[in-house]
Amino acid sequence: MHSILESFSRALYLILNLNKELIGIIFLSIRVSGTALVVATLFALPLSALLGFKKFPLRGAIINVLNTFMGLPPVVVGLFVYLLLSRSGPLGFMALLYTPAAMIAAQSILAFPIVASLSHSAIVSVDPIIRQASMTLGATPVQTSLTVINEARYGIMSAVIAGFGRVIAEVGAILIVGGNIAGFTRVMTTTIALETDKGNFELALALGIILLLISLLVNSLLYLVQKRGLAGNR
Amino acid sequence: MKLDLLASHIVKSYNGNQVLKDCSFSFDRPGIYVLTGSNGCGKSTFLRICSLLEEPDKGEIFYIEGGAVLPCEIALKRRMTLVLPKVGLFNTTVFKNVAYGLSIRGIKGREAVERVGKVLDFVGLDHKKDQNALTLSSGETQRAGLARALVIEPDILFLDEPTASVDEKSTGAIENIIQRLKQDGSCTVVMTTHDQQQAARLADFLMVMRDGKISAC
Repeated sequence: MHSILESFSRALYLILNLNKELIGIIFLSIRVSGTALVVATLFALPLSALLGFKKFPLRGAIINVLNTFMGLPPVVVGLFVYLLLSRSGPLGFMALLYTPAAMIAAQSILAFPIVASLSHSAIVSVDPIIRQASMTLGATPVQTSLTVINEARYGIMSAVIAGFGRVIAEVGAILIVGGNIAGFTRVMTTTIALETDKGNFELALALGIILLLISLLVNSLLYLVQKRGLAGNR
Repeated sequence: MKLDLLASHIVKSYNGNQVLKDCSFSFDRPGIYVLTGSNGCGKSTFLRICSLLEEPDKGEIFYIEGGAVLPCEIALKRRMTLVLPKVGLFNTTVFKNVAYGLSIRGIKGREAVERVGKVLDFVGLDHKKDQNALTLSSGETQRAGLARALVIEPDILFLDEPTASVDEKSTGAIENIIQRLKQDGSCTVVMTTHDQQQAARLADFLMVMRDGKISAC
């Protein structure tokens, strides 16, 4: 008990003193996960719009696969990206393994189905009358689709926030493809795993507290977005 | 130039059930056309087809201007509008809802502000312009829907049961707006209602839909 309290107080000391190593790890985590989320969203939004607006063969199968992949095990994604980027893999010539770019790629794959699937749900949940109202006012098909997407904005924002929550807290994929190299690919979750192994609990605890605070912030944002979306529907 | 509408031998079925059976009518004079008939007789379907929101199974809709039939393009679609019974306001302010039709036509800035202000004043919602449209009462929602349609200054305004879901007071307010449109002579109004008394109050030209066919009264 004494050692836990001591580690906890040292962790707080690290946070309050803005420890350089700690800050570097936090920023790298946010940079990697944030970039991964942007990449995932750039691909996910057009796909969710396509699935929401167009009927085409295999549409149902794609939705089913996206829903299934929302629960992708990070280690499997890590393994898949590792095989792609390893020297003998098809993308080995890019020499991206054990770099932040590889971590971004892995996290993008993890976030993509979440953002795409939840955004698709948000788009199809928009009342069909909105589409008709837009058309009756003279909107082109593209303008009508953009109007429907705009109506789904709170749901889409929730999807993006949920995607961020997923990637910022994952450890398996980035540990495999990033290699946990100090000052280069070491992020919050991989540091916690490593420092716990080493018995260096204060840094692990400090990062754990920061990670929890980020999760709290993400969930608060999610709550606010959903509340704002509902406010108009009173 | 005045835009005339000719519906010619319109047939429409849903799931094998023929709703419209050879409906023809000419809307070639300014004023208020009121289509009555019992619930589910096909009034709304006819309006949706006339406003080019749906296509008929058979028959054709002609829009004629200066003796020439206009092609069914977006430019033509933008000269008319249909206010649906469930208006479908967007989750944003009343102002932005009303400005929507202008925005998609590339009309923004001062002109949009002036036109929206004028039309909101016309329907008596000027004081609600900054309120979220989804928080309006049902009567106000209908009036906001009317404002959203009127701001684009349509040649033909289709109204599908504009007072079906509102109370007596709001019905009076909406009827008053329609009457003032007639006085302005700014557009031809084609509306449906199942309320015979309302039809008698508003109609310059009364039509009845029975057994999937339209007849003038």
